[in-house]
Amino acid sequence: MIDVEQVITQLNQGQLFEYSGGVHPPQQKSLSNTTPINTIPEPEVLYIPVKQHIGTQGSICVTVGQHVAKGEALTQSSNPFAVPVHASTSGTIRAITPHPSAHPSGIPEMTVTLEPDGHAQWQLMPLLSDYMHLERITLLERICQAGISGLGGAGFPTHLKSNPQKPVECIIINGIECEPYITSDDRIMREHAWQIKQGIDILRHIIKPKHIIIAIEDNKPQALDALKTACLEDNGITITSVPTKYPSGGEKQLIQVLTGAEVPHDGLPIDIGCLMYNVGTCFAIADAVLHGKALVQRVVTLTGQALGHPQNVWALLGTPISHLLNIAEYEPSKQQAQKVIMGGPMMGFTVANDTVPVVKITNCLLVPDKQELPDIEDERACIRCGLCAEACPAGLLPQQLFWHSKAKEYDKAQAYNLDACIECGACAYVCPSEIPLVHYYRKAKTDIKHIALEKEKSEKARVRFETRQARLLADKQAREEKHRLAAEARKKSMDNKGNDAKDKIAAALARAKAKRAAAQNNSSTDSDK
Amino acid sequence: MQFSLSSSPHNRVRRDTGQVMRMVGYACIPGVLAQTWFFGWGTIIQIALAMITAVVTEATILELRKKNVSRGIRDYSAVVTALLLGICLPPLAPWWLVVIGTFFSIAIVKQLYGGLGFNMFNPAMTGYVVLLISFPISMSAWLPVQSMAQTSFGFFDALSMIFTGFTQTGYNLAQLQLGIDGITQATPLDAVRTGLLSGMTYSETLSASIFSSDWGWSYGWSSVALAYLLGGLVLLQQRIINWQMPISMLFGVILTAGFLSMLSPDQTGSITYHLLSGAVMFGAFFIVTDPVSGSTTDKGRIIFGLLIGFWTVIIRTYGGYPDAVAFAVVIMNIAVPLIDYYTQPRVYGHKS
Repeated sequence: MIDVEQVITQLNQGQLFEYSGGVHPPQQKSLSNTTPINTIPEPEVLYIPVKQHIGTQGSICVTVGQHVAKGEALTQSSNPFAVPVHASTSGTIRAITPHPSAHPSGIPEMTVTLEPDGHAQWQLMPLLSDYMHLERITLLERICQAGISGLGGAGFPTHLKSNPQKPVECIIINGIECEPYITSDDRIMREHAWQIKQGIDILRHIIKPKHIIIAIEDNKPQALDALKTACLEDNGITITSVPTKYPSGGEKQLIQVLTGAEVPHDGLPIDIGCLMYNVGTCFAIADAVLHGKALVQRVVTLTGQALGHPQNVWALLGTPISHLLNIAEYEPSKQQAQKVIMGGPMMGFTVANDTVPVVKITNCLLVPDKQELPDIEDERACIRCGLCAEACPAGLLPQQLFWHSKAKEYDKAQAYNLDACIECGACAYVCPSEIPLVHYYRKAKTDIKHIALEKEKSEKARVRFETRQARLLADKQAREEKHRLAAEARKKSMDNKGNDAKDKIAAALARAKAKRAAAQNNSSTDSDK
Repeated sequence: MQFSLSSSPHNRVRRDTGQVMRMVGYACIPGVLAQTWFFGWGTIIQIALAMITAVVTEATILELRKKNVSRGIRDYSAVVTALLLGICLPPLAPWWLVVIGTFFSIAIVKQLYGGLGFNMFNPAMTGYVVLLISFPISMSAWLPVQSMAQTSFGFFDALSMIFTGFTQTGYNLAQLQLGIDGITQATPLDAVRTGLLSGMTYSETLSASIFSSDWGWSYGWSSVALAYLLGGLVLLQQRIINWQMPISMLFGVILTAGFLSMLSPDQTGSITYHLLSGAVMFGAFFIVTDPVSGSTTDKGRIIFGLLIGFWTVIIRTYGGYPDAVAFAVVIMNIAVPLIDYYTQPRVYGHKS
């Protein structure tokens, strides 16, 4: 558990902590952060996946052909791990079918296809402006009903995070945005600092932490100023500028930078008294509580040298990326192979095609030109230079992990704490042999999960089989016991009755014989005819 | 529109293995120039021979192993191994020596273990040790510093010497090894060792001719050492190598030599003598920094370097050979898996 008073004293003295590792890739933020967030025309069609967060999906509560209002829920569930998705604008449901997902695999997922009617008619939830006098459960329910899950990238349901069962020392508001290129948090902090502050106030009312820390990387001075102005007379909030380094925005790393404490490897930030929220999530919370608006749009950075007009836009959830590429004037000829990265250059993933929709965690579309992020040649042999170990923010030995992951020696990879890897990509970024290290770790992690699942399954099957065997054996034994008892009883009764019983048997045998002989006679007379 | 896919991260530092290796090569230039200045053209010819042998051997074996030959050559690792081995050989050693040594380094030490990245031992040093054990006479045939030699020789003399055993004017190696005083010259390490073995004290050996002249030990050998130090500092500044291994190796030498000379000042060389003679400077920045066969953890690198420094001085003082960097490196290569195992860094969120 962190000592929040000591942390605040240290922060006020300008004392921060450093984590080992980290890298300084070229920032490239100025490509997109010089103009205000652009409001763009609605696309002709929206593809709204029914699951856009970590957890379970709700059941679809609309039908094809139905007209829906902007902000109307498309799914519902009583499962606490489900958050609903909403119609991003008013229009007609055209289809409910699988559609390529915003996921590295591009695997089709159940998606509601919505054709906007052009009116953008809102269906607002009742405003909860006097939230200070409301029960926290009411507010948590609102946050859930508005479909809010962490907008920083992980997509964890916000209402679950905001209902901790342990005391909260401090809430950390994450305005680091350490990935190169991405400026969506930067722009939202500059332009909507006040609403972010409102969201923070709501969280403070719900969670009642001892203190709140807002952390912003020092390459965003305007955002820092904007939030400082918004929080001017609030003594419960400390705003801290953090040196630019990747991946300082990672939850574990930022906690370490601010407090010097580490989240235990088998625990969560709440175990040391911390909760972390992204600035965009705070904005969305204020929207939901104070304006009655469900989460139907987010800021998306459109950037990269293959775009003629890089910028930040308010994109409706479900907007196909083709629409955004058109707005940003995508020039495919500037690329060697057509490629769009969802997210940043370090942790983002390439999307399968241009119908993939914007979802709640989509903070950026990066469209690099030929020279910018050249395709990687084939990997070469690892020369054990150790640059990866120097870059690793988790203190791992990536070359060992690579060695064992590649050889499929997963027990050894786990002994080197593979599961502590946050997949930030710093190791692969510095690797002179251009080995896609993170790719190997992901594969190993998936395989390990798979193996564990298989093991669990076979364990269950084994138990089932053994139970059955035992049951059959028990049945057999019971049957034999019954027979034995019956036989004994018979024997006993025979012994008791003595010759009488034997006479009976002899009489029965004689009767049977006579019957058989009669039957034989009959059949021979039949054949004579 | 369909897009092409790739795995994150999508950007990378644009410094690949080939560039790293080339930088190591460039950083050797001051040392090689100094060596050429003081000991003649032989070193350059040895390096060239080694490089040709290395590239031919590497290409042949890659071809046999059905690997991409041009990619393998372009990582420059074979070239750098050849460069390091060529630097270590006596300048006028016969041509077959360098060919055998380089072939062994590339074919046996590196490729038979699986090629770049898989060799347990430092290829250049293992090749050197094999040569030293197999051909001790040829391997110890160093020359006096040129300005102190009775006979001076040019490029073609060196070439002819390496291939035929005689200079163009008909001198043989033994004649070239004579100093101006008509006595066969040895390296400072040889001289001190022989002196100590014959019952002289360390300070008495220093008064021998090789050290008496301004142009002797203090200028020739130590200038070469300092030139390699300069190249090594450039590598450090360019972050091609880590500070841990070179600095800790030098510390290992300083501590061990300091301790031994405190114990028996007459029987061991001084700290400066150990630092600036033989292969210590060159080894610290160009040999122990080989990533493949060295330790990979920060703490491990310090232990690795310290112990190489320790063994170097111990073998120089008590062992059978005048210099010992190569032996020390090979000994410590064996210990790397153990060192790495016990020096793993603490992982985030884990107690030590």
